[in-house]
Amino acid sequence: MSAPVYNFAYLDEQTKRMIRRAILKAIAIPGYQVPFASREMPMPYGWGTGGVQVTASILGPEDVLKVIDQGSDDTTNAVSIRKFFTKTAGVRTTTSTLEATVIQTRHRIPETPLSETQVLVYQVPIPEPLRFLEPRETETRRMHALSEYGLMHVKLYEDIARHGHIATTYAYPVKVDERYVMDPSPIPKFDNPKLSDCPALQLFGAGREKRIYAIPPYTRVVSLDFEDHPFQPYRHDAQCELCGAADSYLDEVITDDRGSRMFVCSDTDYCETRRAMGYAAPARNSDAEPARD
Amino acid sequence: MTALNPDPAFASQAAFRALMEAFARPGEMRTLRGVTAPAPLAPATAALVQSLADYETPVWLDRSLAGAPAVAEWIRFHSNAPLVTDPGDAAFALVADPHTMPDFARFAPGSEEYPDRSTTVVIQVERFCGRSFSIEGPGNKTARSLAAEPLPDDFVERLHANRELFPRGIDLVLIAGERVTALPRSIRVVMET
Ligand SMILES: [Zn+2]
Repeated sequence: MSAPVYNFAYLDEQTKRMIRRAILKAIAIPGYQVPFASREMPMPYGWGTGGVQVTASILGPEDVLKVIDQGSDDTTNAVSIRKFFTKTAGVRTTTSTLEATVIQTRHRIPETPLSETQVLVYQVPIPEPLRFLEPRETETRRMHALSEYGLMHVKLYEDIARHGHIATTYAYPVKVDERYVMDPSPIPKFDNPKLSDCPALQLFGAGREKRIYAIPPYTRVVSLDFEDHPFQPYRHDAQCELCGAADSYLDEVITDDRGSRMFVCSDTDYCETRRAMGYAAPARNSDAEPARD
Repeated sequence: MTALNPDPAFASQAAFRALMEAFARPGEMRTLRGVTAPAPLAPATAALVQSLADYETPVWLDRSLAGAPAVAEWIRFHSNAPLVTDPGDAAFALVADPHTMPDFARFAPGSEEYPDRSTTVVIQVERFCGRSFSIEGPGNKTARSLAAEPLPDDFVERLHANRELFPRGIDLVLIAGERVTALPRSIRVVMET
């Protein structure tokens, strides 16, 4: 018999109720940013306080939690969030995408396809896709209310005029279920197609900006584009030099102090799983690498 | 390491999670363990009230629930939620007698700027069978069929009208025994079968 030392998953019940209500509204209005009263968390903004509050509000004792930071389970950020929930909720954690029931992520969607029994929670720094066009909250709110998204298209088209293509490569804006334009958080646009028709529920939490939004399972999510300049996901034209994957998103990492570089999967679980299955690096002959489209 | 405060927090989480899954997959049935509450407040409805309502969420009771003083007392005691007489002021509206429920338009649909400032209507039905209708939209890979009774005769028309308001509108929760399903405003009724 011991008195509670923590609230389960840190947040008090009153806060969780408020966040839970916001999550339900977010699911009912796909892509709409629901305001919520964000709480101070024992970690600085930029460390995913919005995602952490969403995770804390949905997590139960049966859950298995995975936390990734740009695809990796091992960064300081991912490790400390995992520790936080081990300590405050006693939940089991994993690095395996398949085993997890709740995955909190910063800036990536796992390569392994998600399932209906999973929830993906995104840490979001800037939830408002129109913010860089219009700094006033009252105005962006009005623009969303009226579906007034012309300015967003103008900005993308200016990109094309200037660069010959849409230069945005991260946080590439999407339209959810033909209604709200939404910022998918700074995931690479390579990940954008995975947002659409995903079997898992996707929740987005922005702590500093106090917004929660959602993409329900099997919801159509379209990356904004133009008929003559269709959306194109991007990945380096290479194979992972550890597991040989030719379909995963690659990071270019510097391997020594002479600036040698190699391409490796950004999703460490995906890469390790493949290596454990016996996949290995391709024969090194980078000049003759067959071009992929 | 013990992680604590067992019953109420876990029960609350479980009830919420069932409802979250129900909202995420409209028309799919989830299980929601009820709590003891005075009739005609259903145990599963009471569990949702305990899990989600508090002093910030005005609750409206239909005539059948309002007619049982023990219900109002239970809600005040267990949630601290203020009870309101105008359904348009309610964050949660509880309906024990679906036949006499007010028109959807009398609940709060939210505004164009803040469509989240709307009413969630919890309807206690007797069973999930009877005349079925088919829904699609976010949450469902293919159309899903749903039946519940009793419901107002023009329930499907009401759902249509609710969708017309999108992103404004009300979200519905249907409860029978320990089974719960949700019809958030995002659904589209595709046919009546
Ligand atoms: Zn790899």
